[in-house]
Amino acid sequence: MSDFSKGNKPAKLASKPFINRLLSNRLTFSVVILLIVVVQNIITTPTFFNISITNGLISGYIPNILDEASELVIVTLGMTLVIAVSGGVDISVGAIMVVAASFSGLLLNGSEYRTEVFHNPYILALFVGLLGGALCGAFNGFLVSGLKIQPMIATLILYTAGRSIAKQITYGQTIYIMNPTYKWLGVQIPGIPIRTTIIVSTIIIILVVLLTRLTSLGLYVQSVGINGSSARLVGLNSRVITFMAFVICGVLAGAAGLVGSSSVGSVNSGELGVGIEMDAILAVALGGNTLSGGKFSIAGSVIGAYTIQAITTTLYAMDVRADQLNVFKAFIIILIIVASSEVFKGKIKKLTRKLFSKNVSVGGLRDERQ
Amino acid sequence: MNIMNTEPNSPALIMTGIGKSFPGVRALNNVDFKLRHGEIHALMGENGAGKSTLVKVLTGVYSMDEGSVKLDGKPVGIRSPQDAQKYGISTVYQEVNLCPNITVAGNLFLGREPRTMGLIDWRQMNRKAAELLQELNISADPTAQLDSYSIAIQQMIAIARAVNTECKFLILDEPTSSLDTDEVEKLFSLMRQLKGNGVGIIFITHFLEQVYEICDRITVLRNGELVGEYEVENLPRLELVTKMMGKEIENLSNLNIDRDESKFEGEVPIIEARDLSSGASKVAPFDLKMYKGEVVGFGGLLGSGRSELVRTIYGADKAVQGQLFIKGKSAKIRNPLDAMKKGMAYLPEDRKVDGIFADLSVRENIIIALQAKRGTFKRLTRKEMEKYADEYIALLNIKTASIETPMKSLSGGNQQKVILARWLLTNPEFMILDEPTRGIDVGTKTEIQKLILKLAGEGKSVAFISSEMDEMLRTCSRMVIMRDQYKVGELTDSDLNQNTIMRTIAGGEEGR
Repeated sequence: MSDFSKGNKPAKLASKPFINRLLSNRLTFSVVILLIVVVQNIITTPTFFNISITNGLISGYIPNILDEASELVIVTLGMTLVIAVSGGVDISVGAIMVVAASFSGLLLNGSEYRTEVFHNPYILALFVGLLGGALCGAFNGFLVSGLKIQPMIATLILYTAGRSIAKQITYGQTIYIMNPTYKWLGVQIPGIPIRTTIIVSTIIIILVVLLTRLTSLGLYVQSVGINGSSARLVGLNSRVITFMAFVICGVLAGAAGLVGSSSVGSVNSGELGVGIEMDAILAVALGGNTLSGGKFSIAGSVIGAYTIQAITTTLYAMDVRADQLNVFKAFIIILIIVASSEVFKGKIKKLTRKLFSKNVSVGGLRDERQ
Repeated sequence: MNIMNTEPNSPALIMTGIGKSFPGVRALNNVDFKLRHGEIHALMGENGAGKSTLVKVLTGVYSMDEGSVKLDGKPVGIRSPQDAQKYGISTVYQEVNLCPNITVAGNLFLGREPRTMGLIDWRQMNRKAAELLQELNISADPTAQLDSYSIAIQQMIAIARAVNTECKFLILDEPTSSLDTDEVEKLFSLMRQLKGNGVGIIFITHFLEQVYEICDRITVLRNGELVGEYEVENLPRLELVTKMMGKEIENLSNLNIDRDESKFEGEVPIIEARDLSSGASKVAPFDLKMYKGEVVGFGGLLGSGRSELVRTIYGADKAVQGQLFIKGKSAKIRNPLDAMKKGMAYLPEDRKVDGIFADLSVRENIIIALQAKRGTFKRLTRKEMEKYADEYIALLNIKTASIETPMKSLSGGNQQKVILARWLLTNPEFMILDEPTRGIDVGTKTEIQKLILKLAGEGKSVAFISSEMDEMLRTCSRMVIMRDQYKVGELTDSDLNQNTIMRTIAGGEEGR
């Protein structure tokens, strides 16, 4: 009786040209960009791949990129979840970094601006810092999921207020934490030749992957982002899921703040994490994730974040001055954004199809002649 | 031949032989439509009849494939909404298309504000607005912000705005669906007044009562074809419903709405609703019992409350009063998850909007409800997911390239089967299937009907909604009939035939 012998649709999928499948794979783009940057470096900076050990630390351009990208990578992970679940962005991540770092710095320093003595256990301070991040995330999450405020507007509040709140609780001062133990997180744990930032960011990447893969959170986040109405009807609580994504984003931003402040040994509310929100959004986009929410790829976002740092480091390696850096960066970003746009991709697909059909029609002509 | 313009009762707007196709669908086929000055003309039809397509052709939103439009005897080409506006054709939709945060006067004159020396003349605008509102008997302050008024008043202001632009023909697309009785009365008096001014009104509604209260003529469409144009007096309700649904009445039998419960005597119903309601605009309080192993159909016209009734049971719409008992125990259903945990499943009416996750894979679409039921931390392993997906793809004969194919590349029928699979996987005792066969091919339709009977045979209780009566007659052992948000009857056994169903759906006095 049934009816499916003809009109089968999916057979088409398999016969899609390879180039189209490659174009539609979300990871392709970010990998290609990263490869371009790497190849560029092979040509212009021969020392790029050199690795040496100085002062008991593995160093070189690549370890450097991994080190300096670590804050961005950690923030980008949270941003990925927020964008996927809400189709909006969290622009307060930089400010949350400062809040978290101030919380823990204050706990360690007591009431002193500059001290070598820890007033509280280091672990406790780290925990409180993360807690501060979580609170900020919960505040954002409440505004977005409870009050249905647009994510960008909701997070604008902490974006504006976060740094000055942090400054208030640190008595309007940059606080310096001189105890060498403080630098363990951001520089090096004695005896380990790898920068701690690289270790920490790797661990956090693994944790987030586990969180989204071992629990069904990843699936829920995507479901809510793709179709909130369907999600509700299959029994998902979109509100709680959205809220959780913002909390996770806050905790991760907090972690990035702790790493960042540890690597410089101080909490400076005017410098820590400035502008990182935009880089994180860009990293998510570079990773092939749609900014309107839905499906996400952690791998893509991570590659995106490292790509951004690689571009920066490459430009430095090419002796671009710090004050010129942003001009170059902007130029590269324009290229990347244009190349990743649907319109551009569509044009390329059309072009390949044209080339393909030209071959066919040439064959046809030949047939006619005979 | 030249009496066209002088004869008062001759049609002023004539659409002839209108045809419109979309890929794979013939939306309108050779449809004629005539509208006179100063009449209220109901455009009736069930889902997919072509009402909105016809209106969109008339207002220039769609271009027609065949046919012609004449206004006052002259052929015209309406290619854009601006053209329609130019010819004096205005539309007011169900959702008010105005700016809530500017004043009433501002809304009335938006885009054509009276100006002096290039600046908006607020005083003149407010005065003109006041005149217009007074003329139409709308009690609203021109300087008040629009959203300080009820939806009904806002709708009337939308009409006033439409009428003010030299409007000769007004299309009202389901303007009453969110209004209460008083508000509807106000709207009607405005419509009567416009009618007196010579405006021809096309009125689209699914409330039969309202058609008989206010309309002069009725044009019925069905499946993109014209069924006919009738004077209201000459078309009794029952005939109207018959024409809309496309069934002829063969014999007349007496309506008997007493339900035969003897079959289930002594059995505890799986679902029992007592006085349950989700608010007057959705579904009025109803009682309902559903037993193990039966398929109950929910009939009624589009918008009669049949979908709202089942949504209320499932917790998709919040119940505002009444009680629900599951297997005899009082149950509190606050959201769909509660309902799922109590053994319910719900296949929604609109597959695209409420059902599928277009970008997720077939596998994920199948397991999502079960996963949600299990909770965040009891994640199904990849192996389990694949096993379930494979199992149900085979069971329901779902055609997909692989279980990782994104849902959006499946055909409508296969998407629907995936959603069925999603719910079967949760092993429900009570399944709500709202239009499970809409928009899918005939073969799959039959498969789904068989599946419904099989599920009932396995002891599940199924609530089944379909716009196709044949389908319900074939599968249901009992039918609940809805009309204008009320449950008006339950039919079983010998009453379960087209005549009685039509009669119950139509309701009202016979002779009208």
